[in-house]
Amino acid sequence: MRYAIVRSGASRSFPDGDPFLGRAVPADAAEVVVHLAGAEFRPAAGRAAVLVELGTECLGFHTGEDPAGEGGNVLGFARYRNGDDPPSALVELVRRPGTSADAVAAARAVFEEAGLAVVVCGDQAGRIVDRLVRPKYNAALRLLDEGLATQGDMDLTCRLGLGYPDGPIERVLRGGLAHHHDVTRALFETYGSAGFAPARRAVVEAQRRGKAAVPPD
Amino acid sequence: MSSIRTVAVCGAGGTMGTGIAIVAARAGFRTISYDVAEAPLDRAARQTAGFLGKSVERGKMTAQERDHILGAMERTTDLEGLAEADLVIEAVFEDLAVKKALMARLDGVCSGSAIFGSNTSTLSITEIAAGSKRPDRVVGMHFCLPAQLMKLIEMSPGLLTSDETFRAAWAWTEACGQIPVRTQDKPGFILNALLVPFNNDAIRAVEAGVADAADVDRAIKAALGYKMGPLELIDLIGLDTQVRLCEAFYPVTLDPRAATPPLLRRMVAAGLLGRKSGRGFFTYDGNAMFGA
Repeated sequence: MRYAIVRSGASRSFPDGDPFLGRAVPADAAEVVVHLAGAEFRPAAGRAAVLVELGTECLGFHTGEDPAGEGGNVLGFARYRNGDDPPSALVELVRRPGTSADAVAAARAVFEEAGLAVVVCGDQAGRIVDRLVRPKYNAALRLLDEGLATQGDMDLTCRLGLGYPDGPIERVLRGGLAHHHDVTRALFETYGSAGFAPARRAVVEAQRRGKAAVPPD
Repeated sequence: MSSIRTVAVCGAGGTMGTGIAIVAARAGFRTISYDVAEAPLDRAARQTAGFLGKSVERGKMTAQERDHILGAMERTTDLEGLAEADLVIEAVFEDLAVKKALMARLDGVCSGSAIFGSNTSTLSITEIAAGSKRPDRVVGMHFCLPAQLMKLIEMSPGLLTSDETFRAAWAWTEACGQIPVRTQDKPGFILNALLVPFNNDAIRAVEAGVADAADVDRAIKAALGYKMGPLELIDLIGLDTQVRLCEAFYPVTLDPRAATPPLLRRMVAAGLLGRKSGRGFFTYDGNAMFGA
């Protein structure tokens, strides 16, 4: 599946140098158009699919919320990244109730031909992965604050007891507490559930980031 | 130097108890397996012989070592038979009243220096210890399933557990080649405190139409490198077991994430219990798995 890329600034899914960028073709030769983060979304009815890279926002942010008219050939996507970690092999493809099956198939082909794993999810905040892991990281940070165990023992328990490659706290710290704050704040704004509310340590780190942006007297 | 020489396991006819007895005997401790009837002990003996036999086949131990371990294992259906135990680890049914009653009975059988370990995964060590007249000798020792293969043990002192008891139990786990971690006496300790709500969140994601079960699991495995997705894991442990875990945690923590998801309750009512019933979030035919 041939695709063209529209970009304007940095993409979290496909940073500079990513092989996916190099395989793009000119727009007039493409069946699919991929809008990377920051690029202005423009509908293109004649394409097999139009893909919009998402951050913490829903696809509806770009297309508008219209229950009667959602769908067509537009899909959102995000390649999962744990904060500043390199992008994973997972692409979360976001469809809406009326999205055509052909558009989903075209979008899937674009990413699978690039060697990426694709899952399809609805247009909900956090998609699949952040919706599931962020409350767990919040809980781990809270339990750490409450003295349940040391960070080392909590991470070790998850590695040994569940076979995880890393523990929740080492993972969220590696990805960045400020990043965790940004993701959970967006989730909390959408769902209002306590489990999504940013953990204290993430709030503090975000506050420190704001403080650092203020020039000293 | 640990003064523990003889270890007893209560509920040794169960899967967890069988594994704990293997851990103790394999480390060279005289090990007494206790259960209320001969049948579960017979089953445990067969499983133990099978496990150790495979260990020999795989070159992990010699036949002589296997025979030595089996020779160190005794069994009884009489609680009085645990009188010489320096450490008693209970792995009986996960019910506070049952465990407290066992503690009270052990008080009358074991010496004053004996340590009582509880393998509970959901109950409070302090509350279990309240069944004993010597709560300072009671300590949480949560093994992971299967105990004979998993190194981790969550070690939790109750409010009244003495430092001496905790240190002795900790040293014993290390003598067995296990890896202990220290946690407070809180619901689910570390492992289940994080896992049970996470698994519930995965169920709720399916229920909310975020994605189907196969894509939820695929996403978690691809993004995080987990060997098993949360819904496949729930199918393995049993959907009814997940309900029981929720019912143990939620009334204590009042954490909405620990509450039983409605979809889970409906699936259990429909007999969709996971692998053991052939269908849960996925469908199973023997060992093969098919997408939901």
